[in-house]
Amino acid sequence: MDTDVRQRDEVDVPFSTTHHPSPHRFRFRHLERETLVLIGLIVLLFVTVIVSLQIGRYSVAPSEAIRVVKESIAGTLPDLDQTAAVLFNVRLPRIGLAIVAGAALAAAGAAFQGLFRNPMVSPDLLGVASGASVGACIGILLSLSNPVIQLLSFVAGLAAVILVVGVSTAVTKTSGGGLLVMVLSGIVISSLASAITSLTKYLAPPETKLPEITFWLMGSFARSGSAQNLAIMTAVFLLGAIPLMMLRWKLNVMSFGEEEARALGVNTTRVRLTVIIAATLLTATTVALCGVIGWVGLVIPHMCRFLVGPNYMALLPCSMVLGGCFMLGVDDVARAATAGEIPLSIVTSLIGAPIFLHLLFKGQRAWAE
Amino acid sequence: MGRVDRTGAASASSSFSTTGLAASTPTGPPSLAVDNLTGGYGSRVVIENVNLTIDPGTILCLLGPNGVGKTTLFKTMLGLLPAMGGRVRIGTQSLADLSRPDIARLVGYVPQSQQTPFAFKAIDVVLMGRTARIGSFGAPGRQDREAAMAALDAIGATRLATRSFTSLSGGERQMVMIARALAQEPTFIMLDEPTAALDFGNQVRVLDQVVRLAESGIGVVMTTHAPDHAFLCDADAALITGPSSIQRGPVHEVLTEENLSAAYGVPVRVATSEFDHVSYCYPVLSTKNTQSFEEGNP
Repeated sequence: MDTDVRQRDEVDVPFSTTHHPSPHRFRFRHLERETLVLIGLIVLLFVTVIVSLQIGRYSVAPSEAIRVVKESIAGTLPDLDQTAAVLFNVRLPRIGLAIVAGAALAAAGAAFQGLFRNPMVSPDLLGVASGASVGACIGILLSLSNPVIQLLSFVAGLAAVILVVGVSTAVTKTSGGGLLVMVLSGIVISSLASAITSLTKYLAPPETKLPEITFWLMGSFARSGSAQNLAIMTAVFLLGAIPLMMLRWKLNVMSFGEEEARALGVNTTRVRLTVIIAATLLTATTVALCGVIGWVGLVIPHMCRFLVGPNYMALLPCSMVLGGCFMLGVDDVARAATAGEIPLSIVTSLIGAPIFLHLLFKGQRAWAE
Repeated sequence: MGRVDRTGAASASSSFSTTGLAASTPTGPPSLAVDNLTGGYGSRVVIENVNLTIDPGTILCLLGPNGVGKTTLFKTMLGLLPAMGGRVRIGTQSLADLSRPDIARLVGYVPQSQQTPFAFKAIDVVLMGRTARIGSFGAPGRQDREAAMAALDAIGATRLATRSFTSLSGGERQMVMIARALAQEPTFIMLDEPTAALDFGNQVRVLDQVVRLAESGIGVVMTTHAPDHAFLCDADAALITGPSSIQRGPVHEVLTEENLSAAYGVPVRVATSEFDHVSYCYPVLSTKNTQSFEEGNP
């Protein structure tokens, strides 16, 4: 479908060097198309939310849900309404958390892919998830309380990235290298963090702590789906996503490389630092609250590139909405597929991989033109 | 001597007067000057005490053997490398005192290799030239899109607008990059080996654009490995042969047989076509025709 639209546009553009080809006409059409996709994704998100409200062990019929919402707005809701309790205290916070977490990971992934000029990059490139895992595993091993584990995980995630940026800055100062050195430092620190995580698993009592660590490392919203966590996640999301949204034109320019971006008038040091801080905040908070969720940060920006193209003006907002949508759908499957909860990373890969492969096959044709 | 027949270029150059491309101001735009410039990487000095001036509307070709410091000089002039001594200035303003957007509004850049992993539309790539004219957190507006389209029009690449940049040929990419530099609305444009890796026809097309840039009032600096390109553009030439040895002047004074032979370490002949008085040079292979070099010019 992507190919069709593009070919149609090409025919409309005047061949030869006509001097006033009315540039706005096809520009507006493209903006429209991108806006349409975004609106479509938002509608999809709403539909997914409505479906998600009904999914779970306690099934809620649509009419029941509407009644509860009506009554709560009118103030006539009985105090002990079971449906209301399930919807407002359990399902809505969890739905909200899934959406914001998915949006955060997708935004962080998209931003890193532009900054590091590589569509293969995930938000964990600079070791934030690996670092956060270490913090959480140590917290679990020491039997700390849940909020303390989350805080420890968040701090460890930030520490890993600070270490990576610090090391690469020091190396670059003496012998140059820029982003490549930063990526290599990220690999080194990540593998160091993985070693420590493995060590905690090795030391963990196999009957009690080991399963807990293992489940945490695969991600879940079951522990963290509370209104309070949703508030924290949303606050951090705004803190991280707003700077990224404001810098999204610069991200386009950064994908041509640091030197060209500077020559085009971008203060690359400042943009790079802002993007790294924003993306790290987003990922660290997500991992601290929900555990390690793979794939979303890597795959969602890719899917959106197929939908709206690589321009971050449209790509970033679309990635956020589709990320939230995808994460919510994945959580629905995780909740509903079996009596127990399937860890999120398993579902993201099981669903994400086939979609991604399909897009790759489809995309090859679009690239070959 | 060495003048190019430019009737083709001149007739087409009217398209340069498109909106958003006004490079010259009535008061006379300032020159790009290099004063006693010393540059290099870290503590390693590559070029030393270089002096150059480029006026708007003129072309300066930087030539010299590999590794002699062309790129260092070029990048220092763009402010991408800090000057180790001396300064680069535009008029009276030192480049070191200007912000990145300030520099980008004065000097456009056409890099040698254009790589992005993402399939941006060509028009979006050109639009990136507007970055320095958009606020820090802003997005390009309608005016910027018009300027980008005008820049594509000006180099006759309108049809590339909606093509994906990654699917373009080398020549087409180079045109888009020149359009991007034009969209910066700069007083000067610096091109790093703009004809490298292009086929013969595209080399000529790029050179035509370079000449037209200068005719529209932009000062052009380009590095090249082909002395003939300097002859064709009837440019000024700066032949770099060592850290502080630069010969600079009109092309036919700088790119002489002696200078070229000495600079590149191979015997070179310079001749002038009797039809349109374009000069050209050619090397003499040591394996062939050595005796004909002794015979002198026909």
